[in-house]
Formats: sequence, structure tokens, C-alpha cells
Amino acid sequence: MSSSFTDRLLGRVRLGGLLGLAAPLLAIVFAGLVTSIILQLTGNPPFETMKLLADYGAQPRTIVMIINLATTYYISALAVAIGFRMNLFNIGVDGQYRLAALVAAAVGGALVLPAPLHVGVTILVAVAVGGLWASIAGLLKVTRGVSEVISTIMLNAIATGFGAWLLTTDRLAVAVSGSNNIGTKPIPPSGQFPGFGLIPGTQAKVFGFVVVAALLGLAYHILFNWTRFGFDLRATGKSESAAVASGVNVRKMVLLTMVLSGAAAGLVGMPQLLGASYSYSLDFPTGLGFTGIAIALLGRNNPVGIAIGALLWSFLDNSSDILDLEGIPKEIVIIMQGTIVLSVIVAYELVHRYRLAAEQRRVSRELSAGASAPEGVAA
Amino acid sequence: MEEAAISTSTSSDTVAEPAVELEGITKRFPGVVANRDIRLSVRRGQVHAIVGENGAGKSTLMKILYGMQRPDGGEIRVNGAPVGFRTPGDAIAAGIGMVHQHFMLADNLTVLENIILGSEPRRRGIGIDFGAARRKIKEISDAYGLGVGPDTLVQDLGVGARQRVEILKVLYRGARILILDEPTAVLVPQEVDELFDNLRGLVRQGLTIIFISHKLDEVLSVADAITVIRRGTTVASVDPKDVTARQLAELMVGSELPSPETRESTVTADVALAVRNLTVRGAEGRAVVEDVSFDIHKGEVLGIAGVEGNGQAELVEAIMGMRPADGVITLGDADVSGWSTLRRREGGIGYIPEDRQRHGLLLEAPLWENRILGHQTRKPNVKGPWIDRTGARADTRRIIEEYDVRTPGIDVDAAALSGGNQQKLIVGREMSGDPVVLIASHPTRGVDVGAQAAIWDHLRAARAAGLAVLLISADLDELIGLSDSLKVILRGRMVADVDPSDVTPERLGSAMTGAGEEA
Repeated sequence: MSSSFTDRLLGRVRLGGLLGLAAPLLAIVFAGLVTSIILQLTGNPPFETMKLLADYGAQPRTIVMIINLATTYYISALAVAIGFRMNLFNIGVDGQYRLAALVAAAVGGALVLPAPLHVGVTILVAVAVGGLWASIAGLLKVTRGVSEVISTIMLNAIATGFGAWLLTTDRLAVAVSGSNNIGTKPIPPSGQFPGFGLIPGTQAKVFGFVVVAALLGLAYHILFNWTRFGFDLRATGKSESAAVASGVNVRKMVLLTMVLSGAAAGLVGMPQLLGASYSYSLDFPTGLGFTGIAIALLGRNNPVGIAIGALLWSFLDNSSDILDLEGIPKEIVIIMQGTIVLSVIVAYELVHRYRLAAEQRRVSRELSAGASAPEGVAA
Repeated sequence: MEEAAISTSTSSDTVAEPAVELEGITKRFPGVVANRDIRLSVRRGQVHAIVGENGAGKSTLMKILYGMQRPDGGEIRVNGAPVGFRTPGDAIAAGIGMVHQHFMLADNLTVLENIILGSEPRRRGIGIDFGAARRKIKEISDAYGLGVGPDTLVQDLGVGARQRVEILKVLYRGARILILDEPTAVLVPQEVDELFDNLRGLVRQGLTIIFISHKLDEVLSVADAITVIRRGTTVASVDPKDVTARQLAELMVGSELPSPETRESTVTADVALAVRNLTVRGAEGRAVVEDVSFDIHKGEVLGIAGVEGNGQAELVEAIMGMRPADGVITLGDADVSGWSTLRRREGGIGYIPEDRQRHGLLLEAPLWENRILGHQTRKPNVKGPWIDRTGARADTRRIIEEYDVRTPGIDVDAAALSGGNQQKLIVGREMSGDPVVLIASHPTRGVDVGAQAAIWDHLRAARAAGLAVLLISADLDELIGLSDSLKVILRGRMVADVDPSDVTPERLGSAMTGAGEEA
């Protein structure tokens, strides 16, 4: 029995993963269309602008920068996704990574240890600080019922203030020579994470941390799909009431997930800190946590999807630099990013609903074909 | 009571065409019980009651009549003309209004604002003509004696008045045929009397009312005609004057009752689960389960009868450790009062929850993952901290085979299965891992006949093998048929012990309302 278009449309044919792939692709095309219209309206040639972005993005040096920034974005999005998997909205990844990077930078700058140990301790400090900071929101939620959305947003503000207080010359900071910037004491070479020249044709090095990020993605996949803990976590996310009835201690899971998300968030600042700046100063990148939220949505909490999303985001961010030189406002890229996220969410939702309904129809059809089918089937 | 006289006087002189006619309505969908060949004729100016058990298909039928679902076959005629509703808007346009079981009112708006919401009278195209709306509402309210003040906030109204607002809402939209879905479920007896007075007022004015209920005494007191639905199809249309509550009950339940005579006791002397002085408190500190004690022996089914909402759900959740409670629960020799839900489950308590979709399943997860749910610390689902996919998948196949779960495979989402098959999967899952005690809450609610019989067979077989079962059900015949002993729960207390071999659904029903405590 071969399948017709209506068969597929009505769900008589099992859907493969292609539909799941089509949704984000269509969304990106749609976002490109919207951006083109805006470019046209503002008097810039859409096609040439896109070509400019693509050409600049394909240069060896830009490729390295894209990979490096994407590494950071990837970890940030994973941290957010851990919470998302059980319906926890950790808006606080931003505060968690900044505080973690600051403390880790200070510890790394003060330590004298052999190379691998030095890096390890610094990373461990970052993970611990991120987890601890997130655990405040987790504790508030399980003991007092405070929504983690509210508490993590507030903790972001507190982290900013707390960080500013710590980053003064009286405490953790020293003046950066040759500028009026201040930062933590630079981490000595034994505490730096070596990069490697992956892309030919440029001196720029790819962060060594890209390996850690990849391992993190793998660990994320294994945790959620192969362990009991991950099963409990997903079950809680899908139906809290069913999880309770099946014996999952939801409060414990909330706290653990929050800590886990915060611990991953602690790593967000590490590629930059250990691979490039070696010190946490006033110009350390901010806002990575919020970008992570967008990318986690884009990647549908899937480690591969998030990687693609992070690369796309990083590509747009990095290659937008060329637009300013050509007199095109680079903010056009932000419009594009926003449109992508919105249209992807809509597209995923449509596909999801369609799939669910299609599967129900398919099951009932397969069953009624075998069992006693009542009369009068109106196709 | 005197109400029967009023309604007959009006209905006898209007022998016009039926207000609503349903002919061979059929609805199939992967959910609970669908409709099959429904035939129904409702005369104008009457209260027509549709009765049936929970899950018999009453609600589906009403959704079809109100345009919320489209039938797969059959014909609907309103005032003699065939109609095909696509949305509730079409039904409203044809003069059909629905008063839902759960009120759909905004608390912080006034009665007037709630009534006009969505069909506001316009003034010069933009503004809302409150004056006209107020006049019209007053007119309707007076005409039918509903007595609702248009400017009261809904949050200040009692339940009965809110229901009248709902009725006003549909009348305001021009409805001449009203569907009331279990309207008395939320009312106290006095409010029920008031509602019935209102309904009689409405039919006197020539309106038609379709009244859905499973409360037989109410139906007999208010209806001019009764249609009985069983297992998704209309089985009888009767005149309330010619029928007793008992006869109606038999029509509703049909002949598919389990027969209590044909089985022998398997009750042993070993106590599997003992509950002593169990008290559960609600949100305001009021006891919702009070000082409940009982034993269940191996091989025994203990049935708990009671009108829903008398503490059954809380009792079950306390035994499962999902809800804090005072008292002692002993499983075999172990005091499990302080144990977590997980530990109790590991200790051998199986659980068929009342609401399978909320508590029993992950709807958007494949069947084999649902097999793990509630058993995520036990073989064959896990190996240490790791999920054993192969083991879980193989065992899911076994359950599907043994419990006849109709599904094309174990990778489909649970949401895709029909209610009966979802329930069979849950029963199979809870029976695996050799439970000592099974807590079964409404195990066959909303399940089709075949699945119901299969679930009963599984429960009987497990009982014969020494399982202790706590059975909670709203289906009195199921309770009487399966239980070895029966207790009646009323307002959180166990008020009576009943011998299931010597009780009828009617007597048990009156014991549940507290009326038959002496009898």
C-alpha cells in the first residue's frame, strides 16, 4: 500500500524526523525574508547585504571567532536547557556565570599550581560558585514556593552589585597596566587553557574549551536519556503530578536541577577567561545568559540542535561587524535573530501539534482496520 | 412532591414537531467511549433528561449537539431542519445554548459584563451600549423569574446565582434550547430545588431543556422525558411516570454486571495492609479523612463506597505517601507511615490512580517510558543508575501482549492510545513487580466494555493469587461485584460496613448519602 499526499496529511503514514528538521529551516528562511523586507524598506540592498555577511563569515579569522563565541553560547544554552527540561526557567544563568567567572578568575590568579591542576581547580571553583548561586533560587522555590523566574532575575541584579563590590582594588581587583580598567590578577600560563590552530590561513586560535563544551553536550545527552536521574527529571517536566504519583521527590529534583543548571552556567565564562582574557575585568562579556535562553529555545533543548543554534547565532554576531564598515546598521542582525527565535517557536509548536494529532489518527486507524470497524467511515 | 403536575399540564397541549432530533449519530475517536447510533427526540417545551453512567458518552453527545465536535455519521435536526454545526457559534445561531458543568465566568466582572462578553451590543459601531444590555437582561431575568441583579460582581454571588447567570448568558444569546451538563453537581439540595423551579419556569415559557445527569432521583423529579445512554448508545426512552429509580439504574448499567454469586472467597488470615486512625487534614486544617482504620488481607478486595469528594482521593494519596497524614499504615510487618512514595512503591504497593492522565501517565512519552514510570528503581527498567532500555522495552512488549493493549507499537506516545488501552497499560505496569497491595481508584472509569471486563479479570486473578486490593469506585455494581468486604465513607469517616453478598446498588447508594445508616 503506497502512501498518497492525503495519507501523509492525515497521519496515515508515520512521520520521520524530516518534519522536525523542516521547521527550523523554514523559520530561518522566513526570518531572512522579513529581514530582507526591512533592509529594502530602509534603503539597503537585501541580497548584497546577505552576501556580505556570508563572505565575511567565511573568512578564516571570522570562522575562528565564530567557533569561539559559539562555544560560550553553547554552554550557556545547555545550562538553560537543563532547567527547561523540567519546566524550570533559569533566567539567572547570566548572574551565575558572571559571579562564577569573577571568583574563579581571582582564585586562578592567586594560585600557583602545576598546569593541569591549576586549570582544574579554577574550573571547579567556577562550577561551585555557579551551582551555589543558583541553589539560592532552588532553595527559595522548594521551601517558600518563590517562582524561580522572579528570584533568578533578582539574583542577577544582586550578582551585578556583588560583583562590582568584589571587583575593586580593595578586594579582588588590580589596576590593568596602561589603562584605567581594573581586573583580577591575570592567571599565569599554568592556569591557562591552551587553544589550537584548527583553521588554516589565520593566526587566531580556536579555544581549547570547545572540547569541554562538546563533552558537556555528550554528558547532557547521556544524563537525560540514559540515567534514572534524567528520567525522573524529564518525567517531572512532562507531568509533575504523574512524577509525584510515581514516587519522584519533586522538591529534591527542583533543587538538584537548579544546582546542575547553575553549575553548567558557571562554565559559561571559562572559554573567554581561560582562553583569551585570563582576567576578569570591567569589560568581561555580559548578557551571555540571555543569549543562552534564545539558543536553547532555538535548539529545542537538544544538544545537537543547540550546537547548530549557537553557531548560527555566533555567525550572525561576528559577521555583523562588516555591516558597519559598509554603512549598513548592524542592528539588522538583531532583528534577524529575534525573528528567527519567534518563527522557530511558532513552527515547532505547529509541527508538534500536528504530529500529536497525526499519531492519534494513525493509531486509531491501524486499530480499527484490524478490529471490528463500525459502519459508515467518512474519509 | 407536587412538581410532576406542573410539567404535564404544559406538555400535553403542544404536540408539535420535536425541537431536537438525533438520528444515528456516531462518533469515533481515540479517547474514551464514543457514540454509536444515537437516537433521540426532544419535544419542545419539555425537560428532557439524558442519563447514563460516568463515561457512557453523555458529554460527547452534548459536545456534538453544541457544535464542539463533529459526528462521523448521522443527522441532527433542529425544529425539523437538518443542521451541520461546525462551531458552537453555529449552534448558538440555531438557538441552542449550553450551560457547562464548570462555570465559565470572570469573577472580577459584573453579571452584566459577563453576560454580554463576546456579544456586546454596539453603539455607533464602537462603544458598548450598556443601557440596552441592561434593559434586555432585566427583561429576560424578569420573564423567567431568574432574579439576578445585573451590576453585582460575580465573585459576590453564590453557586446557585452563578448558575443562573450562566443560564441568563445563553438566554441573552437567544437560545430556545438549553443544554445543562450535570447542573446539580455543584449545588446543595436547596439550590437544586431552586434550579428546578427555574427550569420549570423556562419550559412553561416554551423553552426546551436537555438535562444531563446521572442522579436518578433528581431526574425523576424534574424531567418530562428520559433517555438512557449506555456504552455510547441510546438504550431506552422512558416516561418518568412509568419508571422507578431502580428500573432506571438497571437500564443505565445494563446486563453486563459482574455476578457476585459466581465466585468463592480467597480471603486469607494474613493482613497485607493495615491502616489505623488515619487522619488527613485539608488546606484549612479541617479533617478530610478522619480516624479511618481498616485491614486488608491477602486475597481480599476491600471496596470503599461513597459519593465522590467524601475523602476517597485523600485517603488514597495518604496511603501512597503523596499527602501528609496522621496515623499508622502497616505494610505486612513494616510500619510504612514515614516512608516516601517511592519506598512504599518499592515495598510492594501498586497504584492505579483515579486520574490516569494526570497521575498515571506521561502522555507525551512513548509507552516504554511509561512502563518505567513508578518503577524507575526496579528491574527490568534500570541497572543501577542507568536506564535499561532493552529490559524496559522488552517488558513493555510483554505487558502489551498479556494485557491486550491495542497499540501499533511501544514507541507511540501514550496520548495516542484510547482511554481503555491506557488503563490496561497502567494495570499491567502496576501488576508487574509482584505487588503485595494494589490501590485501585476507579480502575474502569471511562473504559469501554471489553477493557472493563479484561481489567476485572486481571483483578480477580491477582486476588486469587493473594493480592490485597483496595478498590475505590463510583460504579456501585463494580464495587459490589468485586469486593469481599465493603465500607462506606461519608465526609471522611467510615460510617458503615456492608456485606457485598447481601446488598443492592440502591441500598448501598442510600447508605452513601447517610440516609440508610439505620437500615
